[in-house]
Amino acid sequence: MSDKVIYVMYDDDHVLKDGAKKLVSNGVKISEVFSPFPIHGIDPIIGIKNTRLGIMAFLYGLTGLTLATLGMRFFMVVDWPMNIGGKPNFSYLENILAFVPISFEFTVLCAAHGMAITYLLLNKTLPGMPSQNPDPRTTDDKFVMEIRLSENSNMTEESIDALLSDTGYFELDKKEVK
Amino acid sequence: MQKEAAIREPLILGHKTYHDITEDVCRPIEDKAPKMWYILFGIALIIGLYGVGCILYLLGTGVGVWGLNKTIGWAWDITNFVWWVGIGHAGTLISAVLLLFRQKWRMAINRSAEAMTIFAVFMAGLFPLIHMGRLWVGYWVLPIPNQFGSLWVNFNSPLLWDVFAISTYLSVSLVFWYIGLIPDFATIRDRAKKPLAKKMYSILSFGWSGRAKNWNRFELVSLVLAGLATPLVFSVHSIVSFDFATSVIPGWHTTIFPPYFVAGAVFSGFAMVQTLMLVMRKAMGLEAYIHTKHVEYMNIVIMVTGSIVGTAYITELFISWYSGVEYEAYAFLNRATGPYWWAYWSMMTCNVISPQLMWFRKLRRSLLFTFFISIVVNIGMWFERYVIIVTSIHRDYIPAAWSMHYPSHIDIGVYVGTIGLFFVFFLLFARFFPVLALNEVKTILKGSGQSYKESPDYHNHH
Repeated sequence: MSDKVIYVMYDDDHVLKDGAKKLVSNGVKISEVFSPFPIHGIDPIIGIKNTRLGIMAFLYGLTGLTLATLGMRFFMVVDWPMNIGGKPNFSYLENILAFVPISFEFTVLCAAHGMAITYLLLNKTLPGMPSQNPDPRTTDDKFVMEIRLSENSNMTEESIDALLSDTGYFELDKKEVK
Repeated sequence: MQKEAAIREPLILGHKTYHDITEDVCRPIEDKAPKMWYILFGIALIIGLYGVGCILYLLGTGVGVWGLNKTIGWAWDITNFVWWVGIGHAGTLISAVLLLFRQKWRMAINRSAEAMTIFAVFMAGLFPLIHMGRLWVGYWVLPIPNQFGSLWVNFNSPLLWDVFAISTYLSVSLVFWYIGLIPDFATIRDRAKKPLAKKMYSILSFGWSGRAKNWNRFELVSLVLAGLATPLVFSVHSIVSFDFATSVIPGWHTTIFPPYFVAGAVFSGFAMVQTLMLVMRKAMGLEAYIHTKHVEYMNIVIMVTGSIVGTAYITELFISWYSGVEYEAYAFLNRATGPYWWAYWSMMTCNVISPQLMWFRKLRRSLLFTFFISIVVNIGMWFERYVIIVTSIHRDYIPAAWSMHYPSHIDIGVYVGTIGLFFVFFLLFARFFPVLALNEVKTILKGSGQSYKESPDYHNHH
């Protein structure tokens, strides 16, 4: 099915945000916004939910802590208890203080790398991936709103154009896509 | 949009637009490198290669080529290690701790300070590795099943904690830095004209497109990584200090070490940032973004951490007497008045007196003076580690074992070589990477840019 995409370019983040508010209140669905830096407050307007990556980071951290605990218990208590001046070496709990630094470091290691890898995968940003921003200027000083006609079946192209005309856009571009 | 008090100095001087910021940061990358860059790079490369030569000689011959002896088993190697790790503390502190405290001035310096951190930790990591003598068995520090039966590394040992701390710190700092770099690489990619540059920056930018959802994730990842990196910064140098503090050597066996080392690390790290930034802003024309106010803020950090370090020196001295342990007392008396008195008093002068001069507003806002002090501080911090390490062990319990440490030319060559390699990395960074966090600086333009702050409706708009 062929579709028509409208790319509306703004040269100011606040103008785009005000425009997006107006469009959404008139029932237009904005499918994407491309910007050179995060526009604070755009997410609720265009209906983007907050990311749950923070929860993932916590879970990765928990995994790291568990692995470190299990590992060190195995190495230092089960498999080869070291005799250090005859101190108790048969219990993990009695020696736990010595294991705090590595438990902490390994927790941070797993949380940080787990989250970073998940982040790259979710964003689909990996080495060698092609860029998808509609205009090279969106990584410099321009902000682009993407509106798909197929997602706005209740609106006509003309009515969207009419709404857009007084949002103070910088450039307007339309593309047919398959 | 966030507002700040009108009396605060703007963080971005002049009448910049978003596009100007892109231009200012990308121009040095796109233009031909100035002659000075090639000269500096050449010098750094020669010194670095000399260091590599010394390391290869060391590996081929053995650790005996250092000036160590049976009494002094640790000297320049570990001094240099701790010195570099300390310098490597500013970057992550700036980008993580200051992010949590919402200090917007960090955005001008965080990118290059983090680069500095990573290169400094590379140099630091080199020393324990080559100190092993047999570099090729370096993997023995990892708990991997092996052919010697169930022989594991000792998880009770602070030296192993250090392995985990330094490698975690290095890899997490690297990831934190790179995640911030991705959107800026995309900016360079979209501007690139030459096909090779376009290809390279396209690979480096991972296909970043700046979608709203990507930015939403980006901001959270930055925040959580900052939250993880903050305790990490403090833990790393605490653990480095445990290498000494958990031993029973008079002069090392001190509970004050962890906070004292962390303060010292931040102190020397900021000094190195000042040294590099003051040159970089001038050479790359970034005076509008890194200006006197930034320098002043950093000098205040240097003053505060320098005062903490000074207090720690004096506390340590007092406790050595107050403890009533004669060996402890002697270790400190020997530091100040023994054969290494010159090292002790250089440390005291550079680290205790010089940061106190920053109380004067005129001095801490003087760029030339700051540059001078930043170098003095780093000399002082090198002496601090040298004093702690060598003077504590050079007079053993038995006077027959007393000894002195004289560095061999390999000691000096390896140390100077790491400084060369550090600058090789940093110059490459300054040439090919965006030295300012573009996407972050753009977010503060309207809140803290000069032309916006001076406009009449700054304080009644929105």
